[in-house]
Amino acid sequence: MPTLIELTDSLARTADDGFTHVADDEDLAAGDVILSLARFETEGDALLSEGRRVGVRLRSDEEVEALAYDLPRISVVALEFPKYRDGRAYTNARLLRERFGFKGQVRAVGEVLREQAFFMLRCGFDAFEPADAASANEWQAALGRYRHVYQRAADGRTPAFLERE
Amino acid sequence: MYEYDSLDRQMLADRSAEFRGQVARRLAGELSEDQFKTLRLMNGLYLQLHAYMLRVAVPYGSMNPAQLRKLAWIARTYDKGYGHFTTRTNIQFHWIKLKDTPDILDELAKVDMHAIQTSGNCIRNTTTDPYAGATAEEIDDPRVWAEAIRQWSTFHPEFSFLPRKFKIAVTGAPKDRTAARVHDIGLVLKRDRAGALGFEVIVGGGMGRTPYIGPTVREFLPANRLVSYLEAILRVYNRHGRRDNIYKARIKILVSALGVEEFGRQVEAEWERIGQDAGEGGADLPDTELARIRAAFAATGFETLPARSEAFETARAGDPAFARFVRNNVKPHKIPGYAIVEVSLKAIGETPGDATAEQMEVVADVAERYGLGDIRVTHEQNLVLPHVKLDDLPVVWAALDAAGLATPNINLVSDIIACPGLDYCALANARAIPIAQHIAETFADPDRAEEVGELKIKISGCINACGHHHVGHIGILGVDKKGEEFYQLTLGGSGAEDASLGTILGPALPYDRVAGAVDTLVEVYLRERKDGERFLDTFRRTGVAPFKEAVYADAH
Repeated sequence: MPTLIELTDSLARTADDGFTHVADDEDLAAGDVILSLARFETEGDALLSEGRRVGVRLRSDEEVEALAYDLPRISVVALEFPKYRDGRAYTNARLLRERFGFKGQVRAVGEVLREQAFFMLRCGFDAFEPADAASANEWQAALGRYRHVYQRAADGRTPAFLERE
Repeated sequence: MYEYDSLDRQMLADRSAEFRGQVARRLAGELSEDQFKTLRLMNGLYLQLHAYMLRVAVPYGSMNPAQLRKLAWIARTYDKGYGHFTTRTNIQFHWIKLKDTPDILDELAKVDMHAIQTSGNCIRNTTTDPYAGATAEEIDDPRVWAEAIRQWSTFHPEFSFLPRKFKIAVTGAPKDRTAARVHDIGLVLKRDRAGALGFEVIVGGGMGRTPYIGPTVREFLPANRLVSYLEAILRVYNRHGRRDNIYKARIKILVSALGVEEFGRQVEAEWERIGQDAGEGGADLPDTELARIRAAFAATGFETLPARSEAFETARAGDPAFARFVRNNVKPHKIPGYAIVEVSLKAIGETPGDATAEQMEVVADVAERYGLGDIRVTHEQNLVLPHVKLDDLPVVWAALDAAGLATPNINLVSDIIACPGLDYCALANARAIPIAQHIAETFADPDRAEEVGELKIKISGCINACGHHHVGHIGILGVDKKGEEFYQLTLGGSGAEDASLGTILGPALPYDRVAGAVDTLVEVYLRERKDGERFLDTFRRTGVAPFKEAVYADAH
């Protein structure tokens, strides 16, 4: 079971994961589940009507546009980093927040290393399953590494060009 | 010149502290070399054949004397007393110890320098015209826009893990000294009919294994919309660029696969949505920030001088060596009484782009005393003092000449671009530096070099094309044939506004025949040329046949 680190009020804390990741070839678990996009498309309606909370896990080559109409019903979107070098999930995360106004959890899964924490935070991720066994304290330090930022992004931080005004 | 404020400086300090922690974890064995690799590459630190190489960023090739003196100090303290200026207008130190790198980054930070994004699959240092702010040709100062891009691209949260590295060039002058058409994005400043400032946006040029001259994706982008448009291009690339094959991962492959019309359509659609996402704040830099950046590049410190300098004219008439330097290394300035001076890092027999610590200090001193404290690096691996008074040219020349920095060969046959090649680089198939040295020695006679005129030779030690051989008037590519170094020659390339890719001359030549073959090519050119033609013009008129025939004559 990977550790889950959640961000609440800008604080990184280890959290109990209320969701179970269910692979496509596994039997459905009880309670709240995170499914692949394909499985969500066939089983999502039924599970939601049972009153469960449902999350969807997107591969890095799947685009959030595919979920656009379902987002209000989804609690978690888990975005995969098959390799830390695969940066597509950053775009997916920004679009979830900035284009689709998604208010649920955006979770980083896969090869998730603390060196990426700052970028993830800026793109709108608020939950992380670290692959490097980083503690919540280490994650917190990585999130707060930079006192200023140069760009507008999904975290709403004031960019340097506005701080200067 | 742009000066860092406290925000810029705090970001550098934060980066430096982060890297110090990472090196400590590596040295303590908490990180494997494999895990550390990704971290060091985000800080410009490469592991090469013999040692670590640290690549320090020189944003848009612009430096002040204090910065150049710091580079000299680092060369002397932590390296073997020299550094190597690159085609990305950065500087590399080839003999660095890992344990020293956090201290080096701290020292660099003291003069507002760093190694951020000089490696990795991110947006690299933006390059621009080394004559920016000095040439009368320019429509607008490209440094304003290069600085805007520097800030936007630094630690960009969405675009730090792209399919592959990403390089942007900005030129403000129609005469392109940046090779804009062989960049991932080339930006050419222009004005529309109403006089509004904007960019021609070229996307998907490049070199490497699959060279392309970049197509124009947008004829005119209003200048103040630059950042949001770049964001749209990068987003389309980040999502759809290939990640399955490192050799097909650059944006040029995506643009070519989609076709420029479809790629442009996707960018325009994404750009429109980005505007909607941003709402009232907008997705571009506010005019206040653009004005702040522009003010930093305002022309200051210039004196009102006559256009003609008697001291200069007297020296030029009296000293043939100075006159030769002026003919080749001095260019016209937009302000009367001033000139642009090219400092050659291509002394005959030396490594192209190398400068010793002492040479860097000489350039820093001259720039401080006679050059309004402004120093540029060119993508052709020379330095430029953009603002020198005509009155001071004789003394500037004397100081540069005494330090071996006044070789009068800018744009001539011995002004060669060469990658580090097999002497340093783990990827290379063949040496590049000694080939450059042999060619330069073949044309050591300055009268002959001037007679030959503009001739751009570019040498790469492997197909990755760091030496830009595809766009050399004569390009030379090192290849490995059963463990031996061979060299493929191409003719007729250009990285300038008339950009083109070279044509292969014929079968690759062995190491010891390359300089002689270049000599033969030059002889053919001198025989065939018509009035005013450069080597490139003659080649374009005659085609490859007469050149090929001469070089391979003894093979018949």
